[in-house]
Amino acid sequence: MGKDIYVVIEQRKGRVQKVGLELLGEAQRLAADLGQQVVAVLMGHNVAQKAQGLVHSGADRVILVDDPMLETYVTEPYARALTAVIEKFDPEILLFGATSIGRDLAPRVAARVHTGLTADCTALEIDPEEKLLLMTRPAFGGNLMATIVCRDYRPQMATVRPGVMKRLEPDAARTGAVEKLEVAFTPADMNVKVQQVCQHEGKAVDITAAKVLVAGGRGVGGPDGYAPLHALAAELSGEVAATRIGVDSGWIEKDRQVGQTGKTVRPQLYMACGVSGALQHVAGMEESDFIIAINRDENAPIMAMADLAVVGDLNTMVPKLTRAIQQHKAQKAQD
Amino acid sequence: MKIAVCIKQVPDTTEVRLDPKTNTLIRDGVPSIINPDDKAALEAALRIKDGAGASVTAICMGPPQADVALREALAMGCDNAILLSAREFGGSDTYATATILAAALKKGDYDLIIAGRQAIDGDTAQVGPQVAERLGIPQISYAEEIRAEADGVVVKRQYEDCYHLIEAKFPCLVTVLAEAVQPRHMTVRGTVEAYAADIPVLGFEDLKDGLNPDWIGLKGSPTNVVKSFAKQLKGQGIRLAGLSEDEAVNTIVQKLDELCII
Repeated sequence: MGKDIYVVIEQRKGRVQKVGLELLGEAQRLAADLGQQVVAVLMGHNVAQKAQGLVHSGADRVILVDDPMLETYVTEPYARALTAVIEKFDPEILLFGATSIGRDLAPRVAARVHTGLTADCTALEIDPEEKLLLMTRPAFGGNLMATIVCRDYRPQMATVRPGVMKRLEPDAARTGAVEKLEVAFTPADMNVKVQQVCQHEGKAVDITAAKVLVAGGRGVGGPDGYAPLHALAAELSGEVAATRIGVDSGWIEKDRQVGQTGKTVRPQLYMACGVSGALQHVAGMEESDFIIAINRDENAPIMAMADLAVVGDLNTMVPKLTRAIQQHKAQKAQD
Repeated sequence: MKIAVCIKQVPDTTEVRLDPKTNTLIRDGVPSIINPDDKAALEAALRIKDGAGASVTAICMGPPQADVALREALAMGCDNAILLSAREFGGSDTYATATILAAALKKGDYDLIIAGRQAIDGDTAQVGPQVAERLGIPQISYAEEIRAEADGVVVKRQYEDCYHLIEAKFPCLVTVLAEAVQPRHMTVRGTVEAYAADIPVLGFEDLKDGLNPDWIGLKGSPTNVVKSFAKQLKGQGIRLAGLSEDEAVNTIVQKLDELCII
């Protein structure tokens, strides 16, 4: 059987993605239950200088695979590198961020080494008796939670949604070894050709980093309905979020979607305007510190879970609220 | 060019409700549909057929009644449909499902395999890449656009912060996003023909040459569900109703002030 909890650290252009750090924090918690170590797997090209930061964020050791083949993410070279890590070190558990990279790489590798993989987990625990990893995830569009185990194969593999786990405060006093692994790539490993890499224009909105989110649901009625929400969000130094209906209808960009097929957020304040509270949406925002709902329908599910539920029409309430906040701020500035 | 499209029949999860007494899914009366990402995969394949020309085969693993999904695929314009159905296949996780699909796909010698990125009932996005691995061919997932060329495809592959244009030679597998293309409707003539069509069913015996029986079905699945439960929703907070809008707005402002947000 395997040993230690390995975390695949996702980096893009040499920048470590925060989900990897969140997973190091979670892995530390699980490792304490297992009496094992946390190992970060850092793959890329010219990324060695990132290893120390991983130790500070919870890695007891770092395995570094540094090669020009890993400059840009391509499935096969990364799958080959990670398979080499698994074959050499025999991890007990292997965790990935459930990003568009993690969800591409993890299934490929799980099939290659013949083990189980659980997607998009929202909770991980160690079973106290069998010491198995209990992987819990939403299913049926967030209607049901399922706990899944991988009893007979190793590593036990899971992808975990960004924003769900908590990272540790970096501790510069932490120390850990960095071990370099050479992988014998062949040119045939580059089995597709990346012709072009295009960054999205403008600055991508990162709703997962916002402290305040003003979310609009079906009740906004159309693409123009988000303008008052933007004004309110600006007043609260927050961002606008959306539900699936707005994104699927083409009213607003996909970056802002919260829920099972969107992002998981846990802001200080989530203000749900004209959002019914479908379970697939709630799955992405229920961990918010404080939830205010404004909805005409007092029986909408969101009203039963909001910390403050206001029965009313967002089209008149939101502009009034924006003005009231401006006045409140002006008043405070005078006091 | 030979294209295979892997589709799954799923319950329309937007219609699924929980029974508040038993905390179990109410699936009665919930319509079954072609998984939305898979329907986009069908459309992507049919566009290649319309352009460069191709034969398109829809493949679905599921119970006998999943033939409805395949008939819909035929009615959209697919040339062939194959149902993979057997008791031995039941309870398969993504690894086992991919093993079965790959065994069936191997028989067809396809140039291009297209699948949806993920299904709305499981949301794993794992079967496509795992089929590609079982077949030993390149995968490109999260496709927004597929352009077919003589000996391969060029795919616009979506990431959170960017996209890549990726070129892959045949044979290869691409998984597509529902938002990539708007699926066409079934034609009337196609529907009539599709409902009369004989859909071949491949069972365990038909695939067993390429299939390790220990790697499929519930027993061959590396992962097992040990528990399922309804999510605990947060309890009820304060509810304001019957106030004037100004009163309600004032209450919100006070709360925001208390929370030190303004």
